[in-house]
Amino acid sequence: MGVTPIKLNFCIFFVNIIIIIKYKILLVCLIFQREGKRLLIDLIVVFPRSSISKSCCGRKSSMAEDSETKKVFDAEAAASLMKELRGTYASGKTRSYEWRVAQLKNLMKIVDDHEKDILDAIRADLSKPEQESYIAEISIIKSSCTRALGELNRWMKPEKVKTSITTFPSSAEIVSEPLGVVLIIGAWNFPLLLALDPAIGAIAAGNAVVLKPSELCPATSSLIAKLVGKYLDSSCIKVVEGAVAETSALLEQKWDKIFFTGSGRVGRIVMAAAAKHLTPVALELGGKCPVVVDSDINLPVAIRRIAGGKWASNNGQACIAPDYIVTTKDFAPKLIDALKHELEAWYGKDPLESKDLAHIVNSNHFARLAKLLDDDKVSGKIIHGGQRDKANLKFAPTILLDVPEDSLVMNEEIFGPLLPILTVDKLEDSFDMITSRGKPLAAYLFTNNKKLKEKFVKTVSAGGLVINDTVLHFAEKTLPFGGVGESGMGSYHGKFSYEAFSHRKSVLYRGFAGDASARYPPYSDRKLKLLKALLSGSVVGVILALIGWS
Amino acid sequence: MAEIENLEPDLEELRESYRSGKTKEASWRKSQLKGLLTLLKEQEKDIFKALEQDLGKHYAESYRDEVGTLTKSVNLALSSLKDWMSSRKAKLPIATFPSTAEVFPEPLGLVLIISSWNFPFGLSLEPVIGAIAAGNSVVLKPSELAPASSSLLAKTIPTYLDKKAVKVIEGGAAVGEHLLRCKWDKIFFTGNPRVGRVVMTAAANHLTPVTLELGGKCPAIFDSFSSSWDKEMVIKRVLGGKFGACAGQACIAIDYILVQEGFAPTLLELLRNMTKKMFGENPRETKSMARIINKKHFLRLKNILDDPSVQSCIVHGGGVDEDNLFIEPTILMNPPLKASIMTDEIFGPLLPIITLKKIEDSIEFINSRPKALAIYVFTKNETLKRRIISETSSGSVTFNDAIIQYAADTIPFGGVGESGFGRYHGKFSYDTFTYEKAILRRSLLTEFWLRFPPWNDFKLALTKSAYSFDYFGFLLVLLGLKIYS
Repeated sequence: MGVTPIKLNFCIFFVNIIIIIKYKILLVCLIFQREGKRLLIDLIVVFPRSSISKSCCGRKSSMAEDSETKKVFDAEAAASLMKELRGTYASGKTRSYEWRVAQLKNLMKIVDDHEKDILDAIRADLSKPEQESYIAEISIIKSSCTRALGELNRWMKPEKVKTSITTFPSSAEIVSEPLGVVLIIGAWNFPLLLALDPAIGAIAAGNAVVLKPSELCPATSSLIAKLVGKYLDSSCIKVVEGAVAETSALLEQKWDKIFFTGSGRVGRIVMAAAAKHLTPVALELGGKCPVVVDSDINLPVAIRRIAGGKWASNNGQACIAPDYIVTTKDFAPKLIDALKHELEAWYGKDPLESKDLAHIVNSNHFARLAKLLDDDKVSGKIIHGGQRDKANLKFAPTILLDVPEDSLVMNEEIFGPLLPILTVDKLEDSFDMITSRGKPLAAYLFTNNKKLKEKFVKTVSAGGLVINDTVLHFAEKTLPFGGVGESGMGSYHGKFSYEAFSHRKSVLYRGFAGDASARYPPYSDRKLKLLKALLSGSVVGVILALIGWS
Repeated sequence: MAEIENLEPDLEELRESYRSGKTKEASWRKSQLKGLLTLLKEQEKDIFKALEQDLGKHYAESYRDEVGTLTKSVNLALSSLKDWMSSRKAKLPIATFPSTAEVFPEPLGLVLIISSWNFPFGLSLEPVIGAIAAGNSVVLKPSELAPASSSLLAKTIPTYLDKKAVKVIEGGAAVGEHLLRCKWDKIFFTGNPRVGRVVMTAAANHLTPVTLELGGKCPAIFDSFSSSWDKEMVIKRVLGGKFGACAGQACIAIDYILVQEGFAPTLLELLRNMTKKMFGENPRETKSMARIINKKHFLRLKNILDDPSVQSCIVHGGGVDEDNLFIEPTILMNPPLKASIMTDEIFGPLLPIITLKKIEDSIEFINSRPKALAIYVFTKNETLKRRIISETSSGSVTFNDAIIQYAADTIPFGGVGESGFGRYHGKFSYDTFTYEKAILRRSLLTEFWLRFPPWNDFKLALTKSAYSFDYFGFLLVLLGLKIYS
């Protein structure tokens, strides 16, 4: 079985259904695929492209090789950068609809024109397979841009709201305005996506932006610096490359918003720095994302989705990657067999040789993962994998069974290819296990049991919940993406990105007719009565009070 | 200190109440809101008394700004609770077809509300309404500077609300510091930016989200009016928005007026006359204006006035009565912009008027200062209105009135920049204490095999055509008719 490359042993046929929904035409391809004895139906739904030209991946472009000696980016440099951006922001340039659209279009061009460069850079930094980078980075940026371009007009419109008799006669609206000059700090695991995806929101909302891509992915970082400089308005959108020193220099400045993706430890530093200037922050952190697996499921599908979310997303180095599995004692052996089988089909007998598996970002993280595995409480629990190659930073998908709850691997975010499986007698017990830890960024449940689903939704607190899949909610633009508790604060994606970088200003219009003198001094008992009626919204009460009856 | 150390069992009890899940029940939330409503009704007299004692507020003012507004908010929460609590289906553009998605509102947990002395009931209970409606357990720390109000809250809340889930902890800075060291799921703070920074720094240790309701210098732009009806109306609203709201000790009180040079004398005349009408010839006798909260603030305001360069600008009032902590409604014409009256938030019954060559210059004047919590614009000029909305930034903009936006439930109340962040009132209060959990439901029927390794050019080509919506190419690749390397 397994989903080895599609060959003729798959019986494939298509059903094309053209559905017109809201003037858009969808093409639904139903692909029935025989897999062993099981018949699966695949649906791929494709939206029409708006007006994006087809990407040209063959275009040549020299990779970031500029070896100019760089100036140190210190506090002084940060201050002058800020001064410049304040100036351009004050000019009002970034507020115009046209500017925002032009920038978003150019951002789209970056990923269209330089697809190959980007894939190469990410491959160089993380040896991430091109397909992975394409699915998880480029395509998401493209769809974010497309959505922002398509909806910006609507997002920017003031929202009219009703008013009550208390403030009668009046009308009110909520107007969104840019926050000003914002800082976006990206992370290394999705070096392009986590820098540019928030930037799309910031630009759409009309802010001046400074981007700080992760220094742990030098090739991608310098590519972003080069391309953003070339394609976007460099008077309002800047990239600052660097590590701790540069970031500290940036954090000393007064920003109107800081959007940070990374670890809880650095998140605390960012928020404390922001407090000095009363700057609001969005913190996109991580956490141990649990996967609860019931026994009544379509196992092959579930296994693929779990393994896909774990190892096929940057080899577990993702903030929403499954961190550990909880299942019943009886079901665990079946689950493990299926996982092993799938892993072999994907990565071969020797996963260290596989080109389809990303490597560990650097030797620090490699050592951290090795330490988790070498823990006395854990090293005897390996039931699959465990191979590693320090020189090439390769780490095989590793499954651990029934590690103790007080082991290191169960007490910090794994962020790598280790997958502990915990077993419980009754699946409901897993919910307590999950809630007793910090609130994770995501929690996953595989089941067909309706009651269990409802209980899961009600009791488990996490940034996002996905039932019967993993990591997919990230691609869902109509859902807010963000954490709660230890997994962070603030959300983004789609319109939420726009809102994350906007201030929603209340505007109240009052006319001159019919003013209640009761509001103004000198006060009296009669005025109090009128006020009571006004505030309770009772029209009759107001009239009675006015004519002195009540 | 002994008393402070005793907090931990209390907090544990609150956490336990939250964990037990009872605060999440709609019935609990409803009963608490009803309890609050009864409290406001039954304790109305005592609330008036406490406010009179702490701030010398007239009971009509107390009703308008605190009891009445709160009653309205509780009623709104009660009638909208069901609607607020229901989860929202998110529309799916079917990239993840077949699946459904929804956003499920969930309480945050145990929240801390630190309130301020100027509206000791309003600023305490307004956020409490949101926190309870959202299903949290709550600690309220009222301001120690309004002691009568604080102790009334501490005495009454346990009798009207579930004392295992809602607690009042009284105290000053030491208690505040102690509370800030604990881990909360949200901190809602109303006060000044200095303490706001302390609160946020403490919150960072535990990654606790905060809402900061601060203040700032709220300008009122006063355009020239010709009709006498309009003039009287707006002057009333200006004075109501300054002296009528806790004697200017309100975060959204008018801080200063911007007016065109030519219209300034008329404006001054109107203000003088109306002030007399509202507060009498001898304002010290009036019961219609609150006093200054305490000696410290009284001296702060007196110092502002004692600056000789400011003293010479007083054109109305200026009298102070240290024994009764009373400051007359005072109007100043063009005090120096560098004096503290024009650099710091005034927070008292002093009203500077700044004249400008053209009323449009007010935009630049406002933009060169930190962002205010509110901007008030008295004008009939539509172009000016539009320009103010698009060219300035502030928590809110109100045209032809002041303060009243506080009572409007449909628009968010909150600051931006120096005036804070986060918003509340009406549904926004509920949202402030709620986390929107995203839920994606998939079926196990179908699979999208392009998502999984081992990768090959075939899959990449398929994915590309899928994502680039080139479905004809997609078919060709699948059928093996297109070269994809």
